[in-house]
Amino acid sequence: MLVSLKWLRDYVDIDISPGEVAEKLSMAGIEVESVDETGPDFTDVVVARILSIRPHPNADKLSLCEVSTGDRTYPVVCGAPNVAEGILVPFARVGATIPGGYSIKHSKIRGELSEGMLCSEEELEIGNDASGIMVLPSDLNLGEDLSVALDLRDVVLDVAITPNRSDCLSMVGIAREIAAMTGKRVRYPEIVFSEGTEDIRDITSVDIIRPDLCPRYTARVVKNIKIGFSPQWMKRRLEAVGLRAINNIVDVTNFVMMELGQPLHAFDFRFLEEGRIVVRGAREGEEFVSLDEKERVMRADTLMICDGVKPVAVAGIMGGLNSEVEEDTETILLESAYFNPSSIRKSSRTLGMSTDAAFRFERGIDPEGVTRALDRAAQLIADLSGGTVCKGYIDQYPNKLEAVRNVPLRVNRVNEILGTELGATEMEGILKALEMDVTVDEKGNYLVTPPTFRIDIFREIDLIEEIARIRGYENIPISLPSLTVAEKIGDEKKTVANKIMNVFNGYGYSEVINYSFTTPESVNMLELSQGDECRRMVRLRDPLSEDMSVMRTGLVYGLLETARKNINVGNPDLKIFERGNIFIDSGSGKLPREREKIAALITGARYRKSWHFKELNADFFDLKGAVEGLLEALKIAEVEFRTVNDISFLHPGRSCLVVANEKVVGSMGEVHPKVLESVDIGERAVVCELDLSLLMEFFSDDILYREIPKFPSVSRDVAFVVDRAIKGHDMVKMALENGEGAGTMLEDVSIFDVYAGKGIPEGMKSLAIRFTYRSSGKTLTDDEVNKVQDRIVGEIVKTTGAKIRGAEG
Amino acid sequence: MREALDELQKKAEGEIASANKIEEFLAIRTRYLGRKGLLTDALRRLKDVPPDERPALGKLSNDIKESIAQRLDEALKAIQSREKYDALHKEEIDVTLPGRTLRYGKLHPITQVDNEICTIFSSLGFSIVKGPEVELDYYNFEALNIPPDHPARDMHDTFYVEDTIVLRTHTSPVQVRIMEKQRPPVRILSPGKVYRPDSDISHTPMFHQVEGLLVDKGVTFGDLKGVLTYFLQEIFGKDTKLRFRPSFFPFTEPSAEVDIQCVMCGGSGCRVCGQSGWIEILGSGMVDPEVFKVVGYDAEEISGFAFGLGVERIAMLKYGISDIRLFFENDQRFLEQF
Repeated sequence: MLVSLKWLRDYVDIDISPGEVAEKLSMAGIEVESVDETGPDFTDVVVARILSIRPHPNADKLSLCEVSTGDRTYPVVCGAPNVAEGILVPFARVGATIPGGYSIKHSKIRGELSEGMLCSEEELEIGNDASGIMVLPSDLNLGEDLSVALDLRDVVLDVAITPNRSDCLSMVGIAREIAAMTGKRVRYPEIVFSEGTEDIRDITSVDIIRPDLCPRYTARVVKNIKIGFSPQWMKRRLEAVGLRAINNIVDVTNFVMMELGQPLHAFDFRFLEEGRIVVRGAREGEEFVSLDEKERVMRADTLMICDGVKPVAVAGIMGGLNSEVEEDTETILLESAYFNPSSIRKSSRTLGMSTDAAFRFERGIDPEGVTRALDRAAQLIADLSGGTVCKGYIDQYPNKLEAVRNVPLRVNRVNEILGTELGATEMEGILKALEMDVTVDEKGNYLVTPPTFRIDIFREIDLIEEIARIRGYENIPISLPSLTVAEKIGDEKKTVANKIMNVFNGYGYSEVINYSFTTPESVNMLELSQGDECRRMVRLRDPLSEDMSVMRTGLVYGLLETARKNINVGNPDLKIFERGNIFIDSGSGKLPREREKIAALITGARYRKSWHFKELNADFFDLKGAVEGLLEALKIAEVEFRTVNDISFLHPGRSCLVVANEKVVGSMGEVHPKVLESVDIGERAVVCELDLSLLMEFFSDDILYREIPKFPSVSRDVAFVVDRAIKGHDMVKMALENGEGAGTMLEDVSIFDVYAGKGIPEGMKSLAIRFTYRSSGKTLTDDEVNKVQDRIVGEIVKTTGAKIRGAEG
Repeated sequence: MREALDELQKKAEGEIASANKIEEFLAIRTRYLGRKGLLTDALRRLKDVPPDERPALGKLSNDIKESIAQRLDEALKAIQSREKYDALHKEEIDVTLPGRTLRYGKLHPITQVDNEICTIFSSLGFSIVKGPEVELDYYNFEALNIPPDHPARDMHDTFYVEDTIVLRTHTSPVQVRIMEKQRPPVRILSPGKVYRPDSDISHTPMFHQVEGLLVDKGVTFGDLKGVLTYFLQEIFGKDTKLRFRPSFFPFTEPSAEVDIQCVMCGGSGCRVCGQSGWIEILGSGMVDPEVFKVVGYDAEEISGFAFGLGVERIAMLKYGISDIRLFFENDQRFLEQF
């Protein structure tokens, strides 16, 4: 809301600078977002007196004036009919600029020198009169800048009013705050006007059908008005706070709304059929054209102001075109009402009409300020348009809003909550400065009755806040809470997550964060099967775009998108991971199932181009190594990478499930070429996605130290030539199973070379396996080892049909 | 005899001095000290010397023998160490070539700041907890004293899934969920993603917040100021000036907006702080009794404070980033800088 300091001064004395006003307001919870100096659109126009006038020798309609600015005189040629000796006029000297971007220069007009220009109101855009030069009050100082002399400069604050402070949505409201903070008194506008003889009750009536939505409706009728422009002072005030002046009726309603915070509406009484007001709910589908000339279709829960026949306004939001005040309007019905805040809010949102009036009604206005605003508007309309205010007013108040009274306030509670040692009298002083009524009960506690405009105050804590606010937060001493031990919860999760992220960092993977929303196409791009639960996406009702219209059900698509974007800007070698939630729809009315996942992607060169390494592209085993490292860091012992070929977005020959403790915790593999093509990635990429919640469950930080072996190990290497379909992992498992019978001697089995090609028959491969033997009690002899080794190799050969390519000890 | 010995010594020393190969030194040794060497021969001839001269000449011969032997040893050692040195010299490498490294990955800057915040509050005894990101309207709004059709809902543009389900607009619902399950004292910090439909240079539809809550007997507004002052000075430096301004959040009262002195201009006014010298950094307040009522706490018995802050905002100030959208574009050239 814009606030004019000049307008504020009508209600409170301000003897501090605009900057200080802004600072004080901000520190009292009325945040000032900007402070702007404003002024008229001219420079160097000063007050001057016309000393003498001679006719222009070469032009009948021009005069030669001698004007004085006090320190010197100037010859000026002027064409205005109203020039007169002795009057004070606005004088634009050589060098001055006037609205429209004109600058005043030395000139000769029909042979006569003119060192400036005498201006009309209209030329200076401070009035509407263009008939002649502006005649200034005779008590102004010669030579003074006109904008200073006429007090045309202002300072405008842009304030952000929090939703609880509806009482501050007006000049008087802000003035009250300033008064409370600076120890001044508020001067409420004086409301005096005379009424005519005709009684309003003989002219009109108000019927409230929905008192729940309209607890109070008041009205006055003003007759014999003459529509015209508002005077400059009012226009300037309205324009200062960002409103456009329209005519002397509409301007008054806006002015009073800005002054007192009560929205008003004026109907042209001619157009009110049956000459009366009915306040009722709209009929479902009822059509209505509002003042902004838009056709609107009403919903049944919208409150309408109607005449005897038809709607004439959307209550509290906007008037109707059918009853608008026009140039020839003579009689108006002035409305000042209290509408149910949440009803107004609902209607304004469904209709998409956010007006200044709705903004105030939905935040709650002062229910007891309704008639004061009505009278204030009647007064101003009578003054400005010459109208006659009919006798009396209508006040339908079927649903009396009970004012909050006697809120108990315990002095010690204030200090307990704030951590202060404030005295009772100081508290009392603050509350009274805020126009609260303070009494003391028999226990010595205060009973506080807030003014009716402070609808935000009804509890002790509300009063405590007021005391803190006016006392100043900066004056509340700093302390630290005493350390009692609160139950520790949830921290282990954070530890595990950090561990996992550290492992990925260690393997060179950098973290990315994608939006949780994605395109519904993502599941099609990944070619997920129709029954896949990842197709059960949560859809947003009003997404920012279709690309961000559903919640993601996996992290892989986001990583592919990130990869594509990076490749396109010249970052082709990527190792990235993301940790985040995914969302599986659980059906209407239920929260989706959220799981925390961690996913990684590698593409491009394995190592950044360097003199050390051959340039190799990253493959499945690069990522697998990281995943193995991660599971090891979490001390998950039982891990299996189970071959699968049916994950739709993964290469059928290069993908697997990750199984930990016999539970599937995720999957990994090379991205399917057709998926890469759909997301437009030209390079191979490998991805994995793991369920972080499951990994957290499996994590164990129990470590039991095992003794370091005392005796040396013995190893044997054997290369088996086997069918390509035989999995390395199965060979290792077979060896370990057969080693078991031989006691604890076989310690480890590992594959150290895989080879297919020259020297190996087509369809076969060579797997070189190292067997490591160790006894905990002695140094093993070759004989002992050979016996076991021969048996194991024999079993493997028997089971797989392997040929031994070469063996050595 | 004495002259002959002196002569021999001189000759040997001359030969040692002019030799520079191992073989030459070995030859000298054999020539003088070997079994048939010249000095050995001289010693043998001692028996031909008159007996009274023998001890003196004997000692002289031995001295000469030892001196030659020592000189030979020294010369040999010197030459060996020079040869070793020469051999190593041939192995010289260019130490200025880049090292063989696997580059360490980086955490996202948001995660880094998030971790920093969590560490500070962990040290104050706060537990780190999480809540759902798709949330019931009840937890996101109603339980936090924001009924339907309340103007305070204007403070949060909201993504709706259906009438009763929203993408959480702040991390505050976690406080209600925790208080429903746990009796006081409560000390929690809840970091996470939040969502509001807004997108421009200073807004993204998803961003990160950290919510804190402390509930105990006798917690005061002064404590709120103390804890948040400690926290912000840990993040932005011990000398950072702060100010607490009254504000409004439906779930706290009294409520305070906390500003820090602008980190860019030091308070003199610049583009970042909108010439005010101050930057809004977090919202906070004493937990409203209505919220305690909802979770069944007795507001007469306990009190508490809550606060919430935007992680991106802090990261932007710390790193001098002016466009928030960079955080979610995930360009490696951006991410690698942190």
